[in-house]
Amino acid sequence: MASRRVSSLLSRSLISSSSLFSLRDPLLNRGARRYSNLAASLEDTITPPVKVEHTQLLINGKFVDSASGKTFPTLDPRTGEVIAQVAEGDVEDVNRAVVAARKAFDQGPWPRMTAYERSKILFRFADLIEKHNDEIAALETWDNGKPYEQSANIEVPMLARVFRYYAGWADKIHGMTVPGDGSHHVQTLHEPIGVAGQIIPWNFPLLMLSWKLGPALACGNTVVLKTAEQTPLSALLVGRLLHEAGLPEGVVNIVSGFGPTAGAAIASHMDIDKVAFTGSTDVGKIILELASKSNLKAVTLELGGKSPFIVCEDADVDQAVEMAHFALFFNQGQCCCAGSRTFVHERVYDEFVEKAKARAINRAVGDPFKSGIEQGPQVDSEQFEKILKYIRHGVDSGATLQAGGDRHGSKGYYIQPTVFSDVKDDMLIAKDEIFGPVQTILKFKNLDEVIARANNSRYGLAAGVFTQNLDTANRLMRALRVGSVWINCFDVFDATIPFGGYKMSGIGREKGIYSLNNYLQVKAVVTAIKNPAWL
Amino acid sequence: MAARSRVSSLLSRSFSASSPFLSRSQGRNLNNGSRIVRRFGTSSAAEEVISPSVQVSYTKLLIDGNFVDAASGKTFPTLDPRTGEVIAHVAEGDAEDINRAVKAARKAFDEGPWPKMTAYERSRVMLRFADLVEKHSEELAALESWDNGKTYEQALTAEIPMVARLFRYYAGWADKIHGLTVPADGNYHVQTLHEPIGVAGQIIPWNFPLLMFAWKVGPALACGNTIVLKTAEQTPLTAFYVGKLFLEAGLPPGVLNIVSGFGATAGASLASHMDVDKLAFTGSTDTGKVILGLAANSNLKPVTLELGGKSPFIVFEDADIDKAVELAHFALFFNQGQCCCAGSRTYVHEKVYDEFVEKAKARALKRVVGDPFKKGIEQGPQIDSKQFEKVMKYIRSGVESNATLECGGGQVGDKGYFIQPTVFSNVKDDMLIAQDEIFGPVQSILKFSDVDEVIKRANDTRYGLAAGVFTKSLDTANRVSRALKAGTVWVNCFDVFDAAIPFGGYKMSGNGREKGIYSLNNYLQVKAVVTPLNNPAWI
Repeated sequence: MASRRVSSLLSRSLISSSSLFSLRDPLLNRGARRYSNLAASLEDTITPPVKVEHTQLLINGKFVDSASGKTFPTLDPRTGEVIAQVAEGDVEDVNRAVVAARKAFDQGPWPRMTAYERSKILFRFADLIEKHNDEIAALETWDNGKPYEQSANIEVPMLARVFRYYAGWADKIHGMTVPGDGSHHVQTLHEPIGVAGQIIPWNFPLLMLSWKLGPALACGNTVVLKTAEQTPLSALLVGRLLHEAGLPEGVVNIVSGFGPTAGAAIASHMDIDKVAFTGSTDVGKIILELASKSNLKAVTLELGGKSPFIVCEDADVDQAVEMAHFALFFNQGQCCCAGSRTFVHERVYDEFVEKAKARAINRAVGDPFKSGIEQGPQVDSEQFEKILKYIRHGVDSGATLQAGGDRHGSKGYYIQPTVFSDVKDDMLIAKDEIFGPVQTILKFKNLDEVIARANNSRYGLAAGVFTQNLDTANRLMRALRVGSVWINCFDVFDATIPFGGYKMSGIGREKGIYSLNNYLQVKAVVTAIKNPAWL
Repeated sequence: MAARSRVSSLLSRSFSASSPFLSRSQGRNLNNGSRIVRRFGTSSAAEEVISPSVQVSYTKLLIDGNFVDAASGKTFPTLDPRTGEVIAHVAEGDAEDINRAVKAARKAFDEGPWPKMTAYERSRVMLRFADLVEKHSEELAALESWDNGKTYEQALTAEIPMVARLFRYYAGWADKIHGLTVPADGNYHVQTLHEPIGVAGQIIPWNFPLLMFAWKVGPALACGNTIVLKTAEQTPLTAFYVGKLFLEAGLPPGVLNIVSGFGATAGASLASHMDVDKLAFTGSTDTGKVILGLAANSNLKPVTLELGGKSPFIVFEDADIDKAVELAHFALFFNQGQCCCAGSRTYVHEKVYDEFVEKAKARALKRVVGDPFKKGIEQGPQIDSKQFEKVMKYIRSGVESNATLECGGGQVGDKGYFIQPTVFSNVKDDMLIAQDEIFGPVQSILKFSDVDEVIKRANDTRYGLAAGVFTKSLDTANRVSRALKAGTVWVNCFDVFDAAIPFGGYKMSGNGREKGIYSLNNYLQVKAVVTPLNNPAWI
């Protein structure tokens, strides 16, 4: 994930940016160079301009403590200090949330409301998001560590945009009438599935909430949503706004908590009709297995990736360097679709590596609340340690460390923008999802070779292709076994564009018209007809 | 699964005009038959076993375009359900054979001609195949009947024509799979490609061997995938035969590989194979759960499941009782009761209950059971001794739980797996016979008082495959159609299985839909392709 605005800004010189996204936000990229990446995080930590108001579970329209009374701390990635204690949901809380969602679906108003009424609530919600833009953005940055400018200018506006997109779908969900082979009138109804369980990750807490809630609500389902334990705060705030917008109680229930407890309870619940999960491939396998062992609820999975970014010999190297840099480093490298295998044609390889290194060294790392900062801290100590382990692994396996390689500053979870060249396909850093600011640059000779190597992964989430040649673009676009191919661009995430994985990157598509399938059941209704005028 | 519209439109001939498509030629025989059948007693099973007019020519695995022995050299017997005697010994595929088949399918997909052929060429192969199915319909029907026990007339006049019809339907889809161009929020050209997934693993059941073959193979091939298909161990024969016809029709080697064998070995290795990109399974809910678990623990291949059911058939007080009785009888007893969507909970309004039970009993008593190769027979044997024993166990359970046994309840004859058409009345929702999928000729009739109640009771099951609704009231039909949590609602009809109608389950009856436009999703990957635009004329 990411948003279009970032990409259109970063590629501002390449293409004219879209009108929708040129409203706010003057800089991001340009201004960033003014800051050195050395000192910023060592300065005083900026106090976020927001108060934490909601730390309880949102069940049946009310904020409540967990049944056990337990809480867990959510931490500031800039310092590792506690932001707030949050209610820790467990099996019993998931049960309560499911009872509320079940009632709101089986007896409640939501699926019985007209689609137009549902859409109006979602439109009002989008308006409220805009009204509270800065507050939401501050909370998101505080909890996650991403730059405030990215939250305020890109992600929160995108949140409103995604909900308006789905609000527009609510009254456009059509079934079909179907040609029969005989004297029967055949129609299909596209019905809501029922209670949807949704488990979202910490890297784009609110965007992932919108990808999940938007289609579920537009289609008339009710929801039990579990946030990531690293980033529980912003969802609770927008949960309140949803109810301010007129959402009936029980339609959306939000449970903060941990995967093995609250998450597993959702995936294996017998009264949940569908589960959607975004996270790692290993956890995705567990989720699917829990669904298989319980009630066979339908599962959509959006999982890991090791996406190739392919720079062909005819590419404009400066533009390719900038886009490859963005493809990997955006959001501290914490994107499932990060362009984390940069394949560069041998003729431009040396020049590319030199420029990629220079660009990484220029990257402004520091307190995400500071203006002009491009990169904040990683989300927590576990991710931080994991990334440093992969960096050591890259060095040990003989890749050339061009830039970075260590932590940045002395507190929090900042990591230097890191670039490896001379990376080989069999190195761990070229195979595993690192989920951090570590670019690995590989060399290739010809298209057949790079297609085979790019596809030689258990993942298949996304790919970038950089070329001016139409034949090359068309060929790679078909040959790459991935769910998204960005040609001369990357991380373009319009609401209409479907996103999801081939192979072990997942099952199903989110966003766009395709996402509706995840939240609809198809019912065929066949009636015998007498004396039909036509068949 | 499955029956097809011809049977249902024939049975409901008096209620609705039958379609011109279905009233051609052979249909007439069955129709006449259904009038004649009453002349046969239920003792016909005891008569001499008729020799099927077909040779068993293919008993080996079809891998990479060749019929080959199992790697182990092992075989297993496939039995005649009329007698329990061996029809033939068939190659027993196991993990190593699945590996060989996947390798061939992988090659045919990754390097081979199938996805690189034009969609038009693919459609022509499928159309030629449909022609060959029609040309060989008598052999195919005989083989299907012999291996499965279903009536030859049903196989010949309903199922085999439906196989050809389904492949023509999917052949027509091959060159109509469109991606979308997509409105963007900025200067981007966005398109989606609908690509074949790759190698599809398909595991089919024994109750409608060739129809299930068609539901699975049709969309997979139309979308450009290659296939490893495992047949049920009870009914391996016809798939090999049509596999041969596919080669004759010009299907390149390796595109369709057929492995006969058992679920725990061949089936499990297909479901857990790391180089299989998609899995489709039709069978029991318990096995479906295992299949999904294997996919989860291997490579996360997407899985479509078409599983069990306990479908309600609801007769409202305003229904024409005679028609309702006939259709409810058909809904349950069709194909020896071996349909996953069988109308196995017959809910009848209290005002018409007694009359309905009386007439349902009379209809069941008239049902003609006997050698499926004999003309006019309505019901053959159950598939095998295991199913036979299971059905008999449920009949005993019904009696012990105090349902009223109106008729049937025992074996027909003394050889093979024939069971008397059995009707229980005064069935309560908590009895096992009202909860479990019996998969046999056992009708359970329940009483209800009002619409709210019957909706609740009909939905109070882990299954959600299908439902029948019998009423003249438009309001009742519309209300109940929406309220029932089932993938198919048949109103004043049942088992209408036109190629265009999607079929599949809510709840634990499965995931995904087969047939119709919806089935294509199961065999396509969606790829979004985004390119920046310079100076676009419009956005």
